[in-house]
Amino acid sequence: MTEVWPWLVVAGLGAFHGLNPAMGWLFAVALGMHRQSQTVVLQSLLPIAAGHALAVVIVALAFVYFGSVIDQKLVQRICGVVLVAWALYHALYGHRHRVRVGMQTGMWGLALWSFLMASAHGAGLMLIPALVPLCLAATPAKELTAGGSMLTALAAVGVHTAAMLAVTGTIAIIVYRWVGLAFLRRGWLNVDLLWTAALVVAGLFLII
Amino acid sequence: MAILQPDPSFYPSPRMAMKAPPETLSYVATFDPARKVPDQLAVVDVDPKSTTYSQIVGRVEMPNAGDELHHFGWNACSSCLCPNAPHPHTERRYLIVPGLRSSRMHIIDTKPDPKNPKIVRVIEPEEIAEKAGYTRPHTIHCGPEGIYVAALADPDGNKPGGIFLMDHENFDIRGQWEIDRGSQEFSYDFWWHLGHDTLVTSEWGTPDMFEEGLVPEILLGSKYGRKLHFWDLHERKHLQEIDFGEEHQLVFELRPAHDPRKAYGFVNCVISLKDLSASIWTWYKDGDKWAVKKVIEIPAEPADPDDLPPMLKGFSAVPPLVTDIDLSMDDKFLYVACFGTGDLHQYDVSDPFNPKLTGKVRIGGIVSKATHPKARNGALNGAPQMVEISRDGRRVYFTNSLYGAIDEQFYPEGIDGWMVKLDADPNGGISFDENFFIEWPGPHRPHQVRLEGGDCSSDSYCYP
Repeated sequence: MTEVWPWLVVAGLGAFHGLNPAMGWLFAVALGMHRQSQTVVLQSLLPIAAGHALAVVIVALAFVYFGSVIDQKLVQRICGVVLVAWALYHALYGHRHRVRVGMQTGMWGLALWSFLMASAHGAGLMLIPALVPLCLAATPAKELTAGGSMLTALAAVGVHTAAMLAVTGTIAIIVYRWVGLAFLRRGWLNVDLLWTAALVVAGLFLII
Repeated sequence: MAILQPDPSFYPSPRMAMKAPPETLSYVATFDPARKVPDQLAVVDVDPKSTTYSQIVGRVEMPNAGDELHHFGWNACSSCLCPNAPHPHTERRYLIVPGLRSSRMHIIDTKPDPKNPKIVRVIEPEEIAEKAGYTRPHTIHCGPEGIYVAALADPDGNKPGGIFLMDHENFDIRGQWEIDRGSQEFSYDFWWHLGHDTLVTSEWGTPDMFEEGLVPEILLGSKYGRKLHFWDLHERKHLQEIDFGEEHQLVFELRPAHDPRKAYGFVNCVISLKDLSASIWTWYKDGDKWAVKKVIEIPAEPADPDDLPPMLKGFSAVPPLVTDIDLSMDDKFLYVACFGTGDLHQYDVSDPFNPKLTGKVRIGGIVSKATHPKARNGALNGAPQMVEISRDGRRVYFTNSLYGAIDEQFYPEGIDGWMVKLDADPNGGISFDENFFIEWPGPHRPHQVRLEGGDCSSDSYCYP
């Protein structure tokens, strides 16, 4: 039996990502309002979750792959440095992304948007500190292997995405049906600061 | 500086923005037509409870003379709440104030004291030309990718004019906006339908066609701008042009519906070569394409040639010269400024194809020289020009100068600046606020008005 806490971290980060209006629920609500349909809100959640999962899985699998072919400690340190650099980039230039997807987008566009948004925010990188203990525990030799660790990494991405989808979907429906958007004026707290801090903490955790 | 909650002046939807508190200050771009003393951004007190109501309470002098301040805008606005490109924690704080003639950009900080704004950065024309490939910056809009600026010319003063982007936090020039400009050459105004991923641009001409005034041969030859261009806002690609035809000249101000679900807007055509009338057109989505329809025509008024400036004597008529329009936040009322006759019209455009005239005032005008209850001088010159509407739709402000070199063509004695305010009835009808008349101190003339916290031509919205 592996420890429970890394799974909780993976799920908790999913909830944290799902909570962020910039990660998708707000877009789903907006599209539902434009097309006056709750079905559109629900349908939009799937490509948003898929795009998010893809962004995370690419990073997770790359980490496991490189960890299995070169020294795992080295890969961990490299990831740590990348995370801190990403935090810096996010803080300095996070506001100047090219906007590629607008309100007329279809499901593919929404998935692309979610993928780009999650990638740019370093959503996958943020997961690596939790992936390390999970993937190591999954193999008898306690090292990263392409086989066993990959499956565990995929399971972790699954848990992360499910948590993200559950939170994002719940908020989207509550806001669409009952709350409305007026609360955004005061209630949209600046999670960017928290986000940047989370990236830095995750990075330092890997380096040390 | 990062803030914890969204800027309180950002509203998700136009419906919510209408509930914003009334503005207490306005900012007015003013210029010296002789280009001898520096232009100024003036701060006007518009709080009826204040002891300095209807007075200029602050001024920011530009560092140079001859900029010709004209239009300007905010660094950030309600579109920062858009779901696809959120920047909710950017402050609406800086005014981006270009010199239309000098091509110089001034960044003016309205905090901490909004009555005493300060210039924090000046971007010289050479830098804009080098980084963006444009000169003669005109319209400013805050939008999904930062600050968008429509400029009328390339670095040599030729075609094509176009749009460039500026960073909304550090104001660096980020470069040309268009990726594929298609058939577009002339530039003037632009805005967008955020709900339909569409940007619209209109046309004036190149600097040689207006910097010394309107050129009669170019006008009579129908060589000024007369097209609308429709673009994919995110692909930055030209999609379609609509030519208004040889009869129509100067297709200017673009006022798309604020409700992001609505795919229509209004644009003014200053003059018809057939009968000197002015017109308002509705553009709208017709299937996959955009189309236009003339919905208002304002006729010229017969006049004694002795009362007319040289350019108009031969016509024995005053053209209405509709040079600005503005649409209320609920997309219900369209305000139409007639720089020739001195009229300001209010139309109910709830049905965008069947406007109904619901109100009218007259002040100034080439022939009428109509006065205002609070004016000392009984014969006002200039006429309604740049119009701005409060977010709640109850107050309308306007000034009386069009453009330095063109003012004198219609008002040969020169224009003595003024600014007035109308009270608007939510059910239709407009009247002068008899306590609001600013006799503008010379040599400056006032042009565009912006209201504290946003107004009906500053913000765009992603939610209905």
